[in-house]
Amino acid sequence: MTCVHLLLTLVFAVSLGTPVEIQGPRGVPLTSIQFYVENKPFTCLDGSRTIPFDRVNDDYCDCKDGSDEPGTAACPNGSFHCTNAGYRTMFIPSSRINDGICDCCDTTDEYNSGAKCENTCKELGRKEREVLQKMTEITKEGFLLKQHLIEEAKKGHQEKQIKVTDMQENKKQLDEKVEVLRTVKETAEQPEKEAKERHLKAWEEQKAAIRLEKDKAKMAEAFLELDDNADGFVSVSELQSHAELDADADGTLTETEAQGLMGGAEQVDMSTFESVWPNIKDKYHSEVSREEEPAPVETPPDEVKEPVVDNDSEPYPEDDISEEEDEDDEDEDDYHEDDDKVYHTENLSKNIEKELSFDFGPDAEFTYLYSQCYELTTGEYIYRLCPFNRVSQKPKYGGSETNLGTWGSWSGPENNKYLLMKYEHGTGCWQGPNRSTTVKLTCGKETVVTSTSEPSRCEYLMEFTTPAVCQEPANTDLSPHDHVEL
Amino acid sequence: MAACCDSLLPLILLLCLSAQAVDRSNFKTCDQSAFCKEIPYFYRSLELIYVLDTLELSDSRLTLQLINDNNKVRLLLELYRLQGNMTRVKINELKPLKPRYEVPDVLISDPITEALSVVAQDENSLVLSLGGKDQRLIVSAQPFRLDIVEGPQVLMSLNSRGLLAFEHLRARKDTKSESEQATGQENVEQQTNEDGQIKEEEDKPGMWEETFKSHTDSKPNGPSSISLDFSLPGVEHVYGIPEHADTLKLKNTDGSDPYRLYNLDVFQYELHNPMALYGAVPVLISHSNDRTMGIFWLNAAETWVDISSNTAGKVRVIPQTDVRWISESGLIDVFIMLGPKPADVFTQYASLTGTQSFPPLSALAYHQCRWNYNDQEDVKTVDQGFDEHDIPYDFIWLDIEHADGKRYFTWDPSNFPQPKEMLQGLMDKRRKLVAIVDPHIRVDSGYKIHNEIRSKNFYVKNKDGGDYEGWCWPGNSGYPDFTNPEMRAWWASQFAYDQYEGSMENQYIWNDMNEPSVFNGPEVTMHKDALHGVWEHRDVHNLYGLYVQKATADGLILRSGGVQRPFVLTRAFFAGSQRYGAVWTGDNAAEWGHLKVSIPMCLSLGLVGISFCGADVGGFFKHPSAELLVRWYQAGAYQPFFRAHAHIDTPRREPWLFGPENTALIREAIRQRYALLPYWYQLFYNTHRTGQPVMRPLWVEYPDDVATFSIEDEYLIGKDLLVHPVTDEGATGVTAYLPGKGEVMCFSTLNGTIPVFQRGGSIICRKDRVRRSSSCMENDPYTLYVALSSQGSAEGELYIDDFHTFSFEEAKQFVHRHLSFSANTLSSRNLAPDSQFSTASWIEKIVIIGGSQPSSVTLKNADGTESALEFEFDSTLAVLTLRKPGVNAAADWTVVLR
Repeated sequence: MTCVHLLLTLVFAVSLGTPVEIQGPRGVPLTSIQFYVENKPFTCLDGSRTIPFDRVNDDYCDCKDGSDEPGTAACPNGSFHCTNAGYRTMFIPSSRINDGICDCCDTTDEYNSGAKCENTCKELGRKEREVLQKMTEITKEGFLLKQHLIEEAKKGHQEKQIKVTDMQENKKQLDEKVEVLRTVKETAEQPEKEAKERHLKAWEEQKAAIRLEKDKAKMAEAFLELDDNADGFVSVSELQSHAELDADADGTLTETEAQGLMGGAEQVDMSTFESVWPNIKDKYHSEVSREEEPAPVETPPDEVKEPVVDNDSEPYPEDDISEEEDEDDEDEDDYHEDDDKVYHTENLSKNIEKELSFDFGPDAEFTYLYSQCYELTTGEYIYRLCPFNRVSQKPKYGGSETNLGTWGSWSGPENNKYLLMKYEHGTGCWQGPNRSTTVKLTCGKETVVTSTSEPSRCEYLMEFTTPAVCQEPANTDLSPHDHVEL
Repeated sequence: MAACCDSLLPLILLLCLSAQAVDRSNFKTCDQSAFCKEIPYFYRSLELIYVLDTLELSDSRLTLQLINDNNKVRLLLELYRLQGNMTRVKINELKPLKPRYEVPDVLISDPITEALSVVAQDENSLVLSLGGKDQRLIVSAQPFRLDIVEGPQVLMSLNSRGLLAFEHLRARKDTKSESEQATGQENVEQQTNEDGQIKEEEDKPGMWEETFKSHTDSKPNGPSSISLDFSLPGVEHVYGIPEHADTLKLKNTDGSDPYRLYNLDVFQYELHNPMALYGAVPVLISHSNDRTMGIFWLNAAETWVDISSNTAGKVRVIPQTDVRWISESGLIDVFIMLGPKPADVFTQYASLTGTQSFPPLSALAYHQCRWNYNDQEDVKTVDQGFDEHDIPYDFIWLDIEHADGKRYFTWDPSNFPQPKEMLQGLMDKRRKLVAIVDPHIRVDSGYKIHNEIRSKNFYVKNKDGGDYEGWCWPGNSGYPDFTNPEMRAWWASQFAYDQYEGSMENQYIWNDMNEPSVFNGPEVTMHKDALHGVWEHRDVHNLYGLYVQKATADGLILRSGGVQRPFVLTRAFFAGSQRYGAVWTGDNAAEWGHLKVSIPMCLSLGLVGISFCGADVGGFFKHPSAELLVRWYQAGAYQPFFRAHAHIDTPRREPWLFGPENTALIREAIRQRYALLPYWYQLFYNTHRTGQPVMRPLWVEYPDDVATFSIEDEYLIGKDLLVHPVTDEGATGVTAYLPGKGEVMCFSTLNGTIPVFQRGGSIICRKDRVRRSSSCMENDPYTLYVALSSQGSAEGELYIDDFHTFSFEEAKQFVHRHLSFSANTLSSRNLAPDSQFSTASWIEKIVIIGGSQPSSVTLKNADGTESALEFEFDSTLAVLTLRKPGVNAAADWTVVLR
C-alpha cells in the first residue's frame, strides 16, 4: 500500500510541478536524497566509511554497498533510480548505466554512452493506464462473476449433499427389495430347470403369486411414497400430487377425481389402500423412477456425458442372469429394473461424492469448472482442458488423442496455490518423462484456454482465464453494491 | 592391439553398457576394418630397401626409391628439411596405377624448405645434416629406416620396427584379362621389368569388397592402405590425436583397439576408450624432460594409431614409446616437429596449418543454447530471463527446429515468422544469435538450396554416379560436395543477406552433423565408395567437416564485405580447422564423468592447434542435478568455448530454474567469465599470432616437472591462471598441485567458489564492471591484478581493438601493451608502436598482491605530469589497492611506490 501511495504522490508531484528540478546526485531516489548533501562528507549508506562529497558519482566505487555511485556503473552492486516522469519510477542495476541500451523511459540511464534514447514515458504511462483500466474492469467484472459462482457452488453443494443422503436411503430400500425379488426369482427358476412342461401350470400359478407379491410390494411402496406426511394415511391431497393419475387426461387431478379414485374416502390407511391400488396402479409413477430421468437440475445435459464416459462404468451386468424364456421377460424386467436402479443410484452417488471430495477453492469458486471441457485450436492441434479431470491434445487433421496429464493437484505458490493446476502422468514420451501439463490461471471474464506451449519436451504449459481467480479490486469505487457497504 | 575378446566377461559388460550408452556394435573395431586387421601381420615380415643409385638431392629435397623386396613394387621417398626445425617424410608409389590422394587445403602454404646436405654416405647409409645443434638424419638401407639424431642421442626413428607398409594399387584379377588387352597395364609391366616380375599376392578377403553390418563397401580400387612406425626413445608421455573421450596422456594400446581417427556421429559416446568421435587431428605430441616433439600424419582417410610403451608395468628400463599409424588410403606424408620446447612444437605446427582464428570478443562470452528454443516468444522470454536475473549472456542459439522442415537457410513460418524482428530485439540489447546450418540438404524440389545444388551438380555422388542420398534430420538428404571449391564458393554466397532471408549481421552460424552424419549409412556416416569428383569418400572423409566450416566462415566474411570476423561452431574437424572457428566436444551427457573428461578433451585439442574448444555445459543428454549443473558452469566459465546446451527431451535448465541459491552461483560463475574477458581476448590474440594454446596442460609451462606430465584435472589458461575445477559430486574442496620453483601461486583474489589461482609474477587485466553482454563492456575501464613473484616482480599484457573486425590485422588498429612491475615501479609500454587505436577505456584500479605498504604512490604520465595516487593496504592479505589512476589504457604511464 505504501508503494502505491508513493507512486501516486510522485506522479502527482511531477505532473503538478513540471519545472521543479529534483536536486541531488544522479540516480538517487527522492527517499534517500537527504543522505547526499552537497559539499558535506558522504557516509556510505551501510555506514562503512565516510568520503568527501566529490567522490560521490566520481566513477570509482568507494562504498562496499555501492551507495557512493548511484549514478555511475562503478559499483557492481549499485542501483540507479530513474524518475520516469509520466510512467513508473524504477531502479535498475547500475551495470545498465551507459551500456548503450535504453532502460529508463526518461533516458536518464544513458547520459554518456552515445545511445540515442527517446523519452517514451508519456506513451508508456498512457498505455499502462489503459491496460490497467482494462485490467481493473476485467477484475471488477470477474470478481462479480466469481461471487456468483461462489453462491451457485454453495447452493449446489447443499443440494448434492442432500441428494447423497436421499439416495443412500433409497438405495437401502431398493437393496432390500431386490433381495426379496431375487429370492423369488431363484425359487421361480428352480422348477423350470427341472421340467418345464410338467410344471407349467404350477409355474403359472406361482407366477401369479409372484405378481401379486410384487404388486403388493409396489403397492406398499406407493403407499409410503404417497403418504408424504407419514401419518399412516394417504389423503386426497397427497394423491393429488400424482398428476399422472388424472382420469380425464386434462392434466390435473382434481380433488373430486382423487376422491373418486379413493372410493369416496377423504383418506385411506394401508389396508384400505389395497382397494384403491387397482384403480391407480397402471398409471402410477414411482418417484424413484422419475428421479432416474436425465437432466438433474444442477448440470446442463451436455455436461453429463463427460463424467459418465470417464467413470470407467462397468459393462451392463448381463451375465448375472441366465437366458430365460419369453414368459419370464416381464418378471425378468422387473428384476432388472430394480437392479438397474440400484446400480444407477450407486453410480450417481459415487459421482457426487467424488465431486464433493475435490478442492474447489476456498469458496468453492472453481466448482463450475467440474465436468466441463475447454478447447483451444492451434496450427496443428486441438488442445482440450477438462478441469479436475484431464488435458489432452489431438491432431487437427486426424490422428489419435494424446493424454497430456490427468488431474494432479493445485500447485501455485504458497501464498496462492490456486493459481496453477498440475496435470500429471500423461502418455509417456520416447526417452523422456510422462507428459504433464501446468495450467496457469489468470483473471478473466470468460472461461477460456488462451494459449498452450511446450516449453520443455513433454511438459506443457496452458494459460487459462477464469473469473474464479479474480481478486477483489483494490479500489473501493469499483463495484458499488459490494463495496458501498464496506 | 586387436586382441579378440575370447572371454565372456567383456561381452556381458558390453551388453550391459549398450542399454545406457553408445551402441558399440554400430562402429568398427580394428578387427572389423580389413586394412587395420590385415596390414599389421601381412606386411610385418617385408623388408623395404632403398636403392642408392636412385638418390637425387637438390637444395632442399632428397629423393630415393624404395623397393619392396617381396613384390618388387617401387616407392618414392622424399625427404625435406623445413624451416623451423621440421622434417617432412613423404612416401608414394613411384608409378601408381592411378594417382593417390594427397590432402589439399590443410597446409596454409608450401612449407618453406631449408638446404639439406649430405654429411656422409656409404653403401648402406646416408647421413644428412638437419642444421643446428648436430642434428642429423640417418637413412639406412636393408632394412630401410630413418633415424633423427642430435649428437649421440636418437630423437626419433622411423620404420625401426619394420612396419612400413604400402598396399600398391593393382588391377582386380577378374578384370585383368580385359585390361591386359588394353594398354593400361603396360606401365606396371614396364616398371617391374627392370627388377623382375611383380609378385602378385594372393587375394585376401576384404581386398575388393568389405561388408559391415548391412553395408557393403565396393572398394573398386582394391586395397590401398599405408602404415609407418615411429619409435621415440626416452619418451613415456604422448598426447594429442584427438578426438577421443579419454585421458590427456595417451594410453598404451597393446591389448586393446588402437586409437581411431574417423569422424563419426557417435550416439551417447562412452568415456575412456579409443573409439573415434566427431573430429580427427592426426597430430601426436611427445614430451619428456629433455624434449617435446610432434608427429603430424597428413592423411584424411580412416586412420588408426597404435601406441605401445616398453615401460608399461615395468620399472627401471630406458623408456621408449612406439607409435604406429595406419591409414586406409592416400600416401605417407609426415611432418616431424623437433621442438625442442613445447612452445616450439606449437610454433612449428602453426607454421604448417595456421593458427586459431581470432574470434569476435562476444564469441568468448557466454552462450545459451538448447535444442530447441521453440519460437520467437521463447527466445524473447529467455532473453528477458537473463535480464531479470541479472545474468550476462551474448548469444542465444537455435537448433534444427528453427528451420522450415529442416531446410537450412529458412525459418519455420509459424514459430519464427519474423526472424528480423527477433534479431533486432536481440541487437537492441547488444546481443546475438546463432542458427544452425547443417550440410545435409533436404531432397525437395520445392527447396531452393536443393534445386540449385542439384542443377549445379554440386552433390556428392554415389558409386554409380547418381546423387548420393542418405537419411538425416530432414529425411532423405543430399550432401553437397564441400571438397569442390566451386561448391564452397556457392555455399559461401548463400550467407549473403539477400540470399539468406531473415538473417542479419548479429546472426552467426553453427555447423553440426558434418562428419558427415548419415543415419542410414555405414557407421552412421557416408559410404566410402561415394564419390567427390574423382576421389572416393574414403580418401577425403576426415576432411569433409573442415571444408563445411571453412565454406561457412568464408560466407560470413563475404556477407560483411570482408569487414567482420566470423564465428562458426563445428562438430567435425581436422588438422587446420582452427582457422575457421570453434569446436565443441559433441553430444556428451549430464554425468560427472563427462564433466571431468571435458578437460582432457579440450586440452588435447589445444595441443594440436584448436584452442577454441568447449563442452556442452550441463551435458547434452539427460538431466543434470543442480549440483552438477552449477559445477559445470563453474568449470565451463574457465574453458575457451562456454556454451550451455541441452537435448530436446530434457527438462528446461536456464540458469534460474534451480532455486535462488544455485542461480546466484551460476550468475557468479558467468560474471567471473565476463570479468576475465580481457585476459581471454588477449590470449586468443596471442594464439592467433603464435599458435600457443589458450588452455594448456601444466607440463607445457613446467616441462621439467615430471609430476605435471599426467595431470588432467587442472590446467592453465595462458600461463598465468591455474584452474582446478570441482568435478566430483559432493566435493567441498580440491587439492590443487601448484607447480613451479620459487614461483608463488597466489590464491586468486577473484573467487572463492571456483579454485582459480593467479601465478605469482603475473599481471592480469580484468573488467570488473560486468554488464549484460560483452558488447556493453567495450568502453569500460580495466582493473590490473598484479601478483608479485618472490623477487617482487610481475608482468603481463593488455590487448584492445574494436573487438569484431579485421582492422586489427588489415589496418593495424589495436593497442598491445606490456605491463611490468619491478623495483616498485609498474609501467605500461607499447608492444606495437606501429599500430594505432584509440580506446575510451582507462585504468580504474590497480591491485597489487604480495607487496608491502608504501608511504606514497606517484603516477607519472607520458607528458611528464605527476600526481599522487590514493591507496589502501590490507596488511593481513598483503593487498595494496591503488585508487583510480584514471589513465587511458592505451597510454604510456608509470606508477612508482615509495
